[in-house]
Amino acid sequence: MDLRFGDSKPTDDERAAVDALLGPPESSWEGADRSDADLRWARGGRAARDRRDLLLPGLHAINDRVGWISEGALDYLCRRLTVPPAEAYGVATFYAMFSVRPRPATVLQVCTDLACSAAGADGLCAAAGSRLGPGSGVTVERSPCLGLCERAPAALAVRAGDPVRTAVAAPATAESAVLAASAPDSAPEEPPVARAVPQAGQEGLVLLKRVGVVDPSSLDDYRAQGGYTALRRAFALGPAGVIREVTDSGLVGRGGAAFPTGRKWQATAAQPDHPHYLVCNADESEPGTFKDRVLMEGDPYALVEAMTIAAYATGAHRGYLYLRGEYPRALRRMRHAVEQARARGLLGDDVLGQGYAFDIEIRRGAGAYICGEETALFNSIEGYRGEPRSKPPFPVEKGLFGRPTVENNVETLVNVLPILTMGAPAYAAIGTERSTGPKLFCVSGSVARPGIYELPFGATLGELLELAGVRPGLRAVLLGGAAGGFVRPDERDLPLTFEGTREAGTTLGSGVVMAFDDTVPLPRLLLRIAEFFRDESCGQCVPCRVGTVRQEEALHRIADRTGAAAADDIALLREVGRAMRDASICGLGQTAWNAVESAIDRLGAYE
Amino acid sequence: MTVTPLGIPRRLLEFTIDGEEARVPEGSTILDACRAAGKDIPTLCEGDTLRPKNACRVCVVEVEGARTLVPACSRRAEPGMVVRTDTERARHSRKIVLELLASSVDLSTTPLVAEWLKEYEAKPDRFGPDAARLNEEPKIDNDLYVRDYDKCILCYKCVDACGDQWQNSFAISVTGRGFDARIAVEHDAPLTDSACVYCGNCIEVCPTGALSFKSEFDRREAGNWDETSQTRTTTVCAYCGVGCNLTLHVQDNEIVKVTSPHDNPVTHGNLCIKGRFGYQHVQNRG
Amino acid sequence: MRKRDRTPKTYARLTRPLVRDSRDEPFREASWEEALERTVRGLARNRGAFGMFSCARATNEMNYVAQKFARVVMGTNNVDSCNRTCHAPSVAGLSAAFGSGGGTSSYEEIEHTDVIVMWGSNARFAHPIFFQHALKGIRNGARMYAVDPRRTSTAEWAESWLGLNVGTDIPMAHAIGREIIHAGLANEAFVERATSGFEEYRALVEPWTLSLAEKVTGVPAAAIRELAHAYARAERAQLCWTLGITEHHNGTDNVRALINLSLLTGHVGRYASGLQPLRGQNNVQGGGDMGAIPNRLPGFQDILDPESRLKFESAWDTVIQPHYGLNLTEMFEAMEEGTLKAVYCIGENPAQSEADSEQAVRRMRQLDFLVVQDIFLTRTAELADVVLPATAGWAETDGTTTNSERRVQRVRRAVTPPGESREDVDIICDLAGRLGHDWKYADAEAVWNELRSVSPDHYGMTYERLAEHQGIQWPCPSTEELEPTYLHGRLWETDPRRRGRRAPFGIVQHDPPVDLTDERYPIRLTTGRRLDSYNTGVQSGSFASPLRRGEFVELCPEDAERYGVVVGEEVRVSSRRGAVVAPVWIDTALRPGLAFMTMHFPDEVDTNQLTIEANCPIAGTAEFKASAIRIEKLPVVTYVR
Repeated sequence: MDLRFGDSKPTDDERAAVDALLGPPESSWEGADRSDADLRWARGGRAARDRRDLLLPGLHAINDRVGWISEGALDYLCRRLTVPPAEAYGVATFYAMFSVRPRPATVLQVCTDLACSAAGADGLCAAAGSRLGPGSGVTVERSPCLGLCERAPAALAVRAGDPVRTAVAAPATAESAVLAASAPDSAPEEPPVARAVPQAGQEGLVLLKRVGVVDPSSLDDYRAQGGYTALRRAFALGPAGVIREVTDSGLVGRGGAAFPTGRKWQATAAQPDHPHYLVCNADESEPGTFKDRVLMEGDPYALVEAMTIAAYATGAHRGYLYLRGEYPRALRRMRHAVEQARARGLLGDDVLGQGYAFDIEIRRGAGAYICGEETALFNSIEGYRGEPRSKPPFPVEKGLFGRPTVENNVETLVNVLPILTMGAPAYAAIGTERSTGPKLFCVSGSVARPGIYELPFGATLGELLELAGVRPGLRAVLLGGAAGGFVRPDERDLPLTFEGTREAGTTLGSGVVMAFDDTVPLPRLLLRIAEFFRDESCGQCVPCRVGTVRQEEALHRIADRTGAAAADDIALLREVGRAMRDASICGLGQTAWNAVESAIDRLGAYE
Repeated sequence: MTVTPLGIPRRLLEFTIDGEEARVPEGSTILDACRAAGKDIPTLCEGDTLRPKNACRVCVVEVEGARTLVPACSRRAEPGMVVRTDTERARHSRKIVLELLASSVDLSTTPLVAEWLKEYEAKPDRFGPDAARLNEEPKIDNDLYVRDYDKCILCYKCVDACGDQWQNSFAISVTGRGFDARIAVEHDAPLTDSACVYCGNCIEVCPTGALSFKSEFDRREAGNWDETSQTRTTTVCAYCGVGCNLTLHVQDNEIVKVTSPHDNPVTHGNLCIKGRFGYQHVQNRG
Repeated sequence: MRKRDRTPKTYARLTRPLVRDSRDEPFREASWEEALERTVRGLARNRGAFGMFSCARATNEMNYVAQKFARVVMGTNNVDSCNRTCHAPSVAGLSAAFGSGGGTSSYEEIEHTDVIVMWGSNARFAHPIFFQHALKGIRNGARMYAVDPRRTSTAEWAESWLGLNVGTDIPMAHAIGREIIHAGLANEAFVERATSGFEEYRALVEPWTLSLAEKVTGVPAAAIRELAHAYARAERAQLCWTLGITEHHNGTDNVRALINLSLLTGHVGRYASGLQPLRGQNNVQGGGDMGAIPNRLPGFQDILDPESRLKFESAWDTVIQPHYGLNLTEMFEAMEEGTLKAVYCIGENPAQSEADSEQAVRRMRQLDFLVVQDIFLTRTAELADVVLPATAGWAETDGTTTNSERRVQRVRRAVTPPGESREDVDIICDLAGRLGHDWKYADAEAVWNELRSVSPDHYGMTYERLAEHQGIQWPCPSTEELEPTYLHGRLWETDPRRRGRRAPFGIVQHDPPVDLTDERYPIRLTTGRRLDSYNTGVQSGSFASPLRRGEFVELCPEDAERYGVVVGEEVRVSSRRGAVVAPVWIDTALRPGLAFMTMHFPDEVDTNQLTIEANCPIAGTAEFKASAIRIEKLPVVTYVR
């Protein structure tokens, strides 16, 4: 491609960061010194253009090393990958974790989302900001949910360098947040993952049985606790047999859409076009959701094994684990697990000696809620802006790199292990008839024991809140996160199943159960939700891009109003919300009004 | 060895639009079928030379069994599909989309939009005087064309025309996110520091006048842009031997803008800098 | 370094005829009557020593009338146009191989081909909309190979760019041919059925091993081998070239060497397999098609063929000279010898476009009478006795032009021409009338219909059909049907009679550029176009292109360092013929010993003072692509900013 590059040159650091990822440039056309051979023969074309998917890792490499992406660095990366600089700029500016303006090497992200703001995040943010003023070498940024809701309020420090350093302060005080940012290496270790699982070690857990019990760094310990029996069983069953088990188990997707997993696998496996891809969606960004993080931090090999099974069943030989950029510990543990599995022949050309080839590549997100949408995630992996594609065609037909792709989230995949070890009938016996198996719930907010809970489908909201020690003065419960809906404190008998919540006119979503007491004004929560969607809208379609802005504006206007004074704006919200739901391209816009609507209709907000 | 091209005939499929049977070749969109049936559905981001982007969502229709409305411009017709183009639900979304656009973007030079606002009884003012707008100033950084992003509805057509669908120069991209997303060159630099080759093919596809020839922009500013008095004559470019068809827009015996027929087998509506802008020499009339 | 804010010379339209009594005087405005009468006298007294420079940028109708003027009114076949300076070798080479001189394929076909070879063509800049079709092909999966001394924008799209030495195209082509034969990849069935001279060709290329070719061309053997295999193994392949092939002293031989590859592999005469020379002017194809060349009557009909002559003699009621006229190059030589004394130059600017332009100017000054018909007072017009103000063919006139894919398209009058300027056809007919030939054409369509009546390949193209189909490609013998988009499908016929004449391999030898580099002139200068400019800049200079930075001598970074010069620094550039001063630009697409300039800004930097008038003996095209130069720092350093 005849790309045009400006005069800016990369610094040695930036060049080294990119070269560390891509290897040294092969010719002067890619950025090496000019050699005689280069001046007579240049290769390019397809092979050069096919490296676009390394753009996002390249941007990470630069951002990790220097903290921001300069013109020279971007140009150099583009030259290496044959990517037009304008497009790369469009991609870099899409993600919240990247900056194309100079900034200090350390960024302290303070979560100001629902659970954390209820736990005093605004004060934390202000206090940290005042201590880390100009000259401190730290930028303090307000962040959407960091997925640390069980330890709210939370802050994440990222210090660029070689290697990049991260530190988490949660629950954070101004002191601990400042310490994390100014000395990430000497900040205290995060508490063990078991702290996020109040049930840890209890009998009868299926999905969480190893979390907090197994050594997450040890493949041997994983195997000692039942690891890799499911994969062995999968090979015995053959791909069709695995799909049959998964289908018979009644497993449906745990990401929120509740699509039958067996049907998805079957549809992908049946596609004549090849190669097939497996994508594990670990871009867990729904405010209030942190179960996938806990699974990956606490039982990483389970995900490696489950991905291997899914890929085997659907005929894929390559899997991508798209992991949320704000999950440094999960990233570390998953990387380690993949390396170990590879070293032991559990990934690679000949998995378990069965002649089946499969490997996993981990890709990091970079701060974009929308990338949790399956097709946006494909675009993100491929090196484009993480904007959703229009469906049809569906991913099973044209997914990642335009090929048949099965995409599941972490929790869904991990369910496959018990399905294969206990058999579909036994698995299906858990839960209700239409919502089978165990379910993870992310409980946070006004409870004594926030964390991940595993209950069979069918438990009631009241039982779950009881377990978590709900505090007095409960005002509302948010189910399913920002894209979910509020229910009243008196709806404790609500069965936590897909069908039960649907019948009650609400949603289970990704399993968020966030309790709010009456100290938090409801309009402020709704405003925060509206702000979240405005910030996270990719901007592709009009209903969502402008609709989320108009929604936020209206909620601002009525923040302190009720009754007739709010009626006009509520009518307006309804009209805009209806169009967002009907006419947006993807789930983000379609659900952006759900929580607000439920608060008005169910909780009587603004009355 | 193929000596002549093999055109595979396309199968026909049948479905229903507003209660009437429609027969279209496989691969047709709902919009194709609607247009063939003489039905008018508003479109903004759809372009006859570009792949549908379905970003604006003004063409949404109702398809039986679909949870949400579907964009007519990109959704392919399927056998047995039942499509309704003018339901209250579809009209509601179109109206809101028009209101959202009109309340945030300067649509004063977008053809047909005034009629649609009226037809759908859209009231963009109801979002109040403080409703956020794009608030962009025209970017005038060269003598050939102007980028007035206050008029940009972010339809992606310019990006697609500049990118892999036609020009392959990739000078522009959507940058940023959400309401703050804008069309820009890398590092938000002026056009003159970009990969732009001034082919003007982005202007050709811009549906709102956000991109315009400087000749048009200046005349509009001066109040003497008068399309009704302009003639349009299609001729052939005077430069290289490729033979691009040019449509000369002439006002008061001055060429004021150059386009190319979108169905032309040589150009498909595209030109290069010489064809698009290199006409001035004939009117150096002393 | 900022872009230079230099506005090139802009030309104002001519609005009234200009005359003068002697070349030493300035022009004065005159009436049409006076100007035409002076012209009539000037031409009449030089009957038998007359040449017509027709115009590759005017309409087919104008070219038809101009050649008819030369042949009927002046009784000579001395008619030619600037196709001589660019693509005459393509026409000559294709005619020799296939019997007709047009590109064999259509633009749309390249979108559906498998391999594209761009040889000596920076189509991305010079033919941008054609290159869009090529890009569609690339997006559809075609693999492109680029052969060019420079790594141009075009070459940057290629799977593989082969940076050969200027003027070593024949060794490259022969080595590719040899490799195809030795690898068993020749299309034997096609070679046997549809070609002749294969054994001779095999012997011709046999010495051109990959390693010898590497030595001569400078391109690694592996790269040549890869291209050979890719081209030969493709099910469909397009071979495109531009002036990098033709503007050499052996341009026609170069073209033949490329055509040989298509014959060897059967990549011609099929959909999406063919040969595509890209033409440089809007009607350089049509000018020749209309007979504005010294050896052909309208519709490709050979002057030496008595039947053709007879047809035209009866149609035009005249006697046609039974021999070829002089081509443009020969006409210039005849000026020098004094056998050509009057020239009617329509819309051409040879004073700036000819190689060794100083020589061209000197020769035109020797003419007894020069009439120039143009829309501007060009450098050539400044040499004239009479200047006639014409209309712009593409915007002020009705008619047709013919593009590189042989598509005849309508041009239409969109604006009213300034002042007293008149249409070319109108002026020529007025002169013809004054010289005793009363031609009555109601309008351009009437001219076109006369052409249709004498050219079977254009017969089916009525104005109505041209509008309906947005142009029609020749041949179009029927008013009812359209022919395939590609030529020479006959070569694939199974019936030998329908297959027709075999296409001969061209037995052509390598002959390095005439202007050798040596110690005094160590740098090879090659020339080309930029994206936003055109030829001598008369047309393109008038719009405010943000890309324009004026003329530079472009060097590679290593040479710039060696000569101690920086971007913007003015240097003296000298060849064996002349010297110019130009600022330096540095381009990584070049390599040591290779420099690049354009001829877009002759009023600033007259590049053609450097180029060599070493002409192709067959087609007459000069070797613009290869001169030997040297770069010298100026005593006082000046920077252009």
